Amino acid sequence: MRLSKTLLATSALTVAAAGAYAAGHGMADSMTLVSWGGAYQESQQNAYVEPYVAMNEGVSATWDESSAEAVAKLRAMNEAGNITWDLVDVVASDAIRLCDEGLAMEVDHDELLAPAPDGTDASDDFGDLIVSDCFIPQIVYSTTFGYRTDMVPEGADAPSDICSVFDLETYPGKRALEKRPINNMEWALLCDGVAKEDVYDVLETDEGQDQALAKLDTIKDEVIWWSAGADTPQLLADGEIFMGSTYNGRLFSVIEEQDQPVAMMWDAQVFDLDGWIIPEGLPEDRLARVKDFVRFATDTQRLADQAKYISYGPARESSAPLVSTHAELGIEMAPHMPTDPNNAQNTFLYNYEFWADYRDDIDAKFQAWLAQ
Amino acid sequence: MSEAILTPIEKKPIGFTAGVLAAAGGFAGLFLGTAQGSGLLGVVIGAALMAALAFVAMEMLGEGLEKSLRWAMIAIGVVAGFLFNGIPGLIMGGLFGWFFGWFIYWVGMGRYRAHLVPYLTPGQVLWHYSFRVICGAIFVFLITPIIVVMPLSFNAEDFFTFTPEMLSFDPAGYSLKHYRDFLTNPEWTNAVKNSLMVAPVATLISVSLGTLAAIGLSQSHVPGKRAIMAILISPMIVPLIISATGMYFFYSKIGLVGTYWGIVLAHAVLGIPFVIITVTATLVGFDRSLTRAAANMGANPVTTFFKVQMPLILPGVISGGLFAFITSFDEVVVVLFIGSAELQTLPWQMFTGLREQISPTILAAATILVAISICLLTSVEILRRRSERLRGMSPG
Repeated sequence: MRLSKTLLATSALTVAAAGAYAAGHGMADSMTLVSWGGAYQESQQNAYVEPYVAMNEGVSATWDESSAEAVAKLRAMNEAGNITWDLVDVVASDAIRLCDEGLAMEVDHDELLAPAPDGTDASDDFGDLIVSDCFIPQIVYSTTFGYRTDMVPEGADAPSDICSVFDLETYPGKRALEKRPINNMEWALLCDGVAKEDVYDVLETDEGQDQALAKLDTIKDEVIWWSAGADTPQLLADGEIFMGSTYNGRLFSVIEEQDQPVAMMWDAQVFDLDGWIIPEGLPEDRLARVKDFVRFATDTQRLADQAKYISYGPARESSAPLVSTHAELGIEMAPHMPTDPNNAQNTFLYNYEFWADYRDDIDAKFQAWLAQ
Repeated sequence: MSEAILTPIEKKPIGFTAGVLAAAGGFAGLFLGTAQGSGLLGVVIGAALMAALAFVAMEMLGEGLEKSLRWAMIAIGVVAGFLFNGIPGLIMGGLFGWFFGWFIYWVGMGRYRAHLVPYLTPGQVLWHYSFRVICGAIFVFLITPIIVVMPLSFNAEDFFTFTPEMLSFDPAGYSLKHYRDFLTNPEWTNAVKNSLMVAPVATLISVSLGTLAAIGLSQSHVPGKRAIMAILISPMIVPLIISATGMYFFYSKIGLVGTYWGIVLAHAVLGIPFVIITVTATLVGFDRSLTRAAANMGANPVTTFFKVQMPLILPGVISGGLFAFITSFDEVVVVLFIGSAELQTLPWQMFTGLREQISPTILAAATILVAISICLLTSVEILRRRSERLRGMSPG
């Protein structure tokens, strides 16, 4: 008991001393962090920023809710030679783009990020989730479906299969789908008899793309297209739609925090990653501060802490066992994670390579189809 | 309706009354029916019901029982509405009953003609009333989106939804929590603070520069007046996004992006055209011989401006300033480019809030802003009338 107290005290002292040392040695004392707003940004504030600011007196962090247009804004900042952001939260595909364009800084993950508590290198702890040299993974989220439990037709089972989205006979009513081809095309093919492992081979071809659009055509009249993550929760709460796709954390909030009659349908959920990038071209002192912050914010405990506030899976393998209960509701978070074995029986991982190559073509086709 | 009776009225044939009432009933039934699931059924029931009532009122009860019929209809409306839809139904039903109780006699006894001049043709009478209905409809069309927002801002839930509790006027369905959030959440309070710091300064700059420019441009000896005017009001014509991009790259070069003065200057530029236009308009009615008279009496140009010209063009300056203030207070596009996370203004906060999390706090903010705008505009109007009265420009 006494030993652990002493240990705690020493480590706290060390941390404080390190903080004081850092503050005195060329680190800027304010940061502009860019994120997505809403419950997600809140979880980052609670899990990373507040403890960090508590440890480093005099440091302040400001949020800019601009992740949605991060690529365009970073391009403009780069062109204008005036980088005002210090750390940017982006989805993996944006990180890859920014890295290719030289707008994000390449990092050495092992050097920058803390090792796991058992000493495993950061790059092994994050594993395959490091999809780009610039990308510092944070969470695994999924795009999946929620449906109104009180609108399930009498006599029908609750939808548990992705193809119920396309089954207007059993499940009449409006559906909300994201206004982009990604995910929708895969789901359409899957429900048009294409085997899961062949989906991307089929989608490469013109005929395959037409096939997917033809399948989507069967429900087009019943689809409301969303573009912001908050749309589907609002539509579900209104009872405007029977089911709709959105990010699983948003659905968690609708179901558990807002108590709406909504349930999850995890089938064929699509995993995607979200993480930090450091903009290229930061001045020395700001870069030093950001590196210090990122090392802290992506360590094993911090990533596990974030799951107290939102149902996104931590990107580190070593964080998973530390995931505990929701900070306010007190419910176990593990069963709400997209990575939970019960939820992850049939999943996709966002195919970064495929969509990097085909996105422009398929986007054009999809938009033309939408306008028909 | 206190005007004298201009045209003697007479009882209309029952066919006419029943026809008009059937049309009105069908129209009302369309809305009620659609709300209950079948528009067509609503139209038929509404039309039949009203035609029958018109017959009963005109042919069987007559004018003597008008009061009793109206009370009976209100009572029936209240009961039927309550059975259908609870308390909101009760209110709606009562209103419907009251309206139709009045409407039947208004049409049936030909009272609608009473206050119109006798020589109008039926077409002109019809137009007289349809004109008013159209004006009312336009008014409703303009105001409804704003009105709808207000009750929603008292929603107890975190969605833009009229919950069943709200519709049945259950106090549990209402809450001030979004107002609490707006007034205590630092994100919102900082945004309000920033907006209040930016808008007055930007307004001051636009009003001073815009007024001077308008006065200068109203002189006859300025060369290239039209070209200068076109350039000055171009921020109003060029799409905002283009101005914003241009400003962003220009301001980056001179280090103004993300600074307080950057936003103030950008908003001043956007506000200047409004001031120029309103001041130029008031200058048209300004008598130049007054400035010459002042100069003749020995006043220098500065004194002349403040003592003679300024008071006369003040209404234009004030309304220009008001527009400039509102432009700065409402502006989101330029702020998204020029602003920075520390300098988030209210519209920025509303914009990102609406995109990423549809939270009714935005509605609370909107309601408060509407209330403030109404107060501002009312006080400006009262001041204007007062000064006009003092100067004897309008009677009363």
